[in-house]
Amino acid sequence: MVKDQEFLKSKASYCLDLAKKMGATDASVTVGHSISETVNFRNKSLEASDRSDGLALNIETYLGKKRSSISSSNLLDENIKTLIEKCFETTKITPEDEFNSLPDKNLLAKQISSLNLYDETRFENDKKIKYLKDLEESASSDNQIINTESSFTENKSNFILANSDGFCEGYKTSSFTTSCVTVAKDENSMERDYEFSSKRHLSDIKQATDLGNKAAEQTIRKLSPKKIGSEKINIIFDKRISKGMLSVFASAISASAIARGTSFLKDKIDQQVFANSINVIDKPDIIKGMGSQSFDSEGVNSNTLQLIEKGILKNYLVDTYNGKKLNLQSNGRSGGTTNLYFEKGNISYEDLLKKNSKSLYITETIGHGSNLVTGDYSVGATGFLVEDGEFKYPVNEITIAGNFKDMFKNITLASDLELEYSVNSPTMMIEGMTVAGK
Amino acid sequence: MSNFFNKSDLTRQDADKIVSETLNNCDDGELYLEESKSESILLDDNKIKSSNYSSDLGFGFRAISNEVVAYSYSNEISKNSLKNSSENLKSTLKSIKGTYNHEIPKSNKKFYEDINPIEQKNLDSKLEVLNKVNDFLRKKDGSVKQVTASFAGEQKSIEIIRSGGEALTDVRPLIRFNVSVMLEKNGRKETGVYGIGGRQSYDDYLKNDNWKNVCEEAFRIASVNLESKPAPAGEMKVVLGPGWPAILIHEAIGHGLEGDFNRKKTSAFHDLMGEKVASEGVTIVDDGTIDNRRGSLTIDDEGTPTERTVLIENGILKNFMQDRHNARLMNTRSTGSGRRENYRHIVLPRMRNTMMLSGNQTQDEMIKSVDKGIFAVSFGGGQVDITSGKFVFNCTEAYEINNGKIGSPIKGATLIGDGPSILREVSMVGNDMMLDPGIGTCGKAGQGVPVGVAQPSILIDKMTVGGTKL
Repeated sequence: MVKDQEFLKSKASYCLDLAKKMGATDASVTVGHSISETVNFRNKSLEASDRSDGLALNIETYLGKKRSSISSSNLLDENIKTLIEKCFETTKITPEDEFNSLPDKNLLAKQISSLNLYDETRFENDKKIKYLKDLEESASSDNQIINTESSFTENKSNFILANSDGFCEGYKTSSFTTSCVTVAKDENSMERDYEFSSKRHLSDIKQATDLGNKAAEQTIRKLSPKKIGSEKINIIFDKRISKGMLSVFASAISASAIARGTSFLKDKIDQQVFANSINVIDKPDIIKGMGSQSFDSEGVNSNTLQLIEKGILKNYLVDTYNGKKLNLQSNGRSGGTTNLYFEKGNISYEDLLKKNSKSLYITETIGHGSNLVTGDYSVGATGFLVEDGEFKYPVNEITIAGNFKDMFKNITLASDLELEYSVNSPTMMIEGMTVAGK
Repeated sequence: MSNFFNKSDLTRQDADKIVSETLNNCDDGELYLEESKSESILLDDNKIKSSNYSSDLGFGFRAISNEVVAYSYSNEISKNSLKNSSENLKSTLKSIKGTYNHEIPKSNKKFYEDINPIEQKNLDSKLEVLNKVNDFLRKKDGSVKQVTASFAGEQKSIEIIRSGGEALTDVRPLIRFNVSVMLEKNGRKETGVYGIGGRQSYDDYLKNDNWKNVCEEAFRIASVNLESKPAPAGEMKVVLGPGWPAILIHEAIGHGLEGDFNRKKTSAFHDLMGEKVASEGVTIVDDGTIDNRRGSLTIDDEGTPTERTVLIENGILKNFMQDRHNARLMNTRSTGSGRRENYRHIVLPRMRNTMMLSGNQTQDEMIKSVDKGIFAVSFGGGQVDITSGKFVFNCTEAYEINNGKIGSPIKGATLIGDGPSILREVSMVGNDMMLDPGIGTCGKAGQGVPVGVAQPSILIDKMTVGGTKL
């Protein structure tokens, strides 16, 4: 069983009391406990089981404007005492930073909204095994599939965040995650692809057979790929790739990147950064949402933010420290975005495929080719050549490149948005990117 | 050396008894105990932005029978917690019986000292170095707009207890010093990053004001990039500089030669053992035994002493990298490549220091031989799709080559290639093998472990460069 609030609260107040007693002017502490159980399958038989049971403690102590932190997994009182002593000793010799402080009291969350993020259902390992058997049975039904690997993880977590201004809140969350990776082979090539499902509640997880079939189908269609020539081309990003554009955008508007001056979106508030049809929202209070939260990692209340309105940048993601630097109030985004999404576009998925006589449909990218300082983008890619709305043949060993500043302004979104994960996007088309191949 | 048996009610005798009783009917497994102490100190934006100290303690208990691995970890080292884990393992393996293999090779060699780098340099003097870095770079040139400098230090103590009570221990120090600088000139911004590190004390790396050299290198890379032009797009010849660019070898070849992917036949290399996979003159080893290197280990995380494993010898594929589990299933021996990020993770076969050895040509000859291509000197990260064999990495410093001469610097571009065929495109191997500066972290299955790489300059006849200029 995951530790209850009373246990975590007692540890948190023990830490705060001790820090105060030693002379800390302020302190904040997070105590968390998490239990995960995973079962792995390979080629229709059990491959591994993994159980993890972990406590975690993070403490920050302040002496005026001086701050330092410690973290530990050892929650014995004696160890906590030694660590807080060490932390406070370090705080004393750390230089002052005028922006260091706990969040403003009046911004702290007043109540915990009921977001239904915890499902107490226990899905015993035997049931996980049954699910994975069904999944792999359907994943391997085509004889071109030569290897299947799948897993099911059940996680239950609980935490308390407390600070010396009297904040002391936390709540339980759960997640159920299953994934399947399949390998297909023909006389020309061997390819891998995947499908997964991750939910707060067990009953919302995809059907095992659907997941297995989908993974197999996505892998088989990649067989015998071709390399194409280097050219300017319109690129369509599958949903699982287009949401990555949002993650880049979120990193580029974090108050820390803005305050440090290391973002290509610095000083762009109230300016056009996306095509004028684009709206981007970050919504923390979606029921059962994978990214939902009642408050951010500092305890600050978080409300829905419209980040992009008709293509115009409206908000940065602001935490207390960097907010003070930029003269902005925290908007409860210490720790980043919550449930982030593009509002859906006007054109159907089918029409987007048909919009150009020729386009490149990308299903996977590899490499870390996003430069947040300059906006330059260059990654390895895998996908399909699309002609007149039809998938013609798989393509690999190519790269796609551009600059986010231009790419963002050339985005067209399809209408197929689903709010499934913490970052969500419809299928996306970007015109005029460079593909490098032969 | 940590004593794991004075923390709670768990005695060594209890642990031995529970381990032996749990693993009695299994093929392999062990109790892995770990205590780590780590610190990170960051200067950013003219200030000491954070100083964090962390201590972590826990165990991971593993039992293996046939192809099934059962694993359970906890950060509570107690009799009760270990018994719970034991029950969990037994319930997974209840119907599978094995025969425990007690054999594990022994060695007295050590590749680093038992030191705690965090305690060897006081906080004040670490803060002083970081402030000096900031002042030095900001005074150096008006174009410097941002400086980030950091120290990271760690001491990890491990003990492995096998069935029958055999215990193996190791104490592993690791440090890293890193500088990142952003320049702005005529409206353009570019960043340069450089770092050093390994398994010695901070001062071993910082003596003779070596921090200045790290600053100069970060500044030089950023300055070069301020002048960079859009990179070309398409297939062309690529000359790689010596040292860190060997992450190409790590991504293109290394991962595909890890035992697990080959046992499962999901690696593009699984049926190429004994075959020619590289040009003549190409020899690649994975070596855990180089003194004080970031990727070196006295014993791996299963207790096997590390070694120098020849992967490719003069173009021929010779060995895969193995942990005990995959080695047993493939009827071979562990190469001391079983590694894990920490006690929360299962062991996987991983790289240590992966190196292409020197040949006898010069970098100059390579550049002169290229009509149109690029010269890549430094890289950011890379990634590989093991199954299709396609890999990428990102240039952070590169130049055009035109008619045998190095031309303008080009913007960061991704290079993409095919692992099993790329080494056949190597047409020249330089005589200038160099180790990387000690900064690599390799990610696999969500686990990061420190690694090293090395190579001489090489000429690759055909690779796709992912720029924007057609």
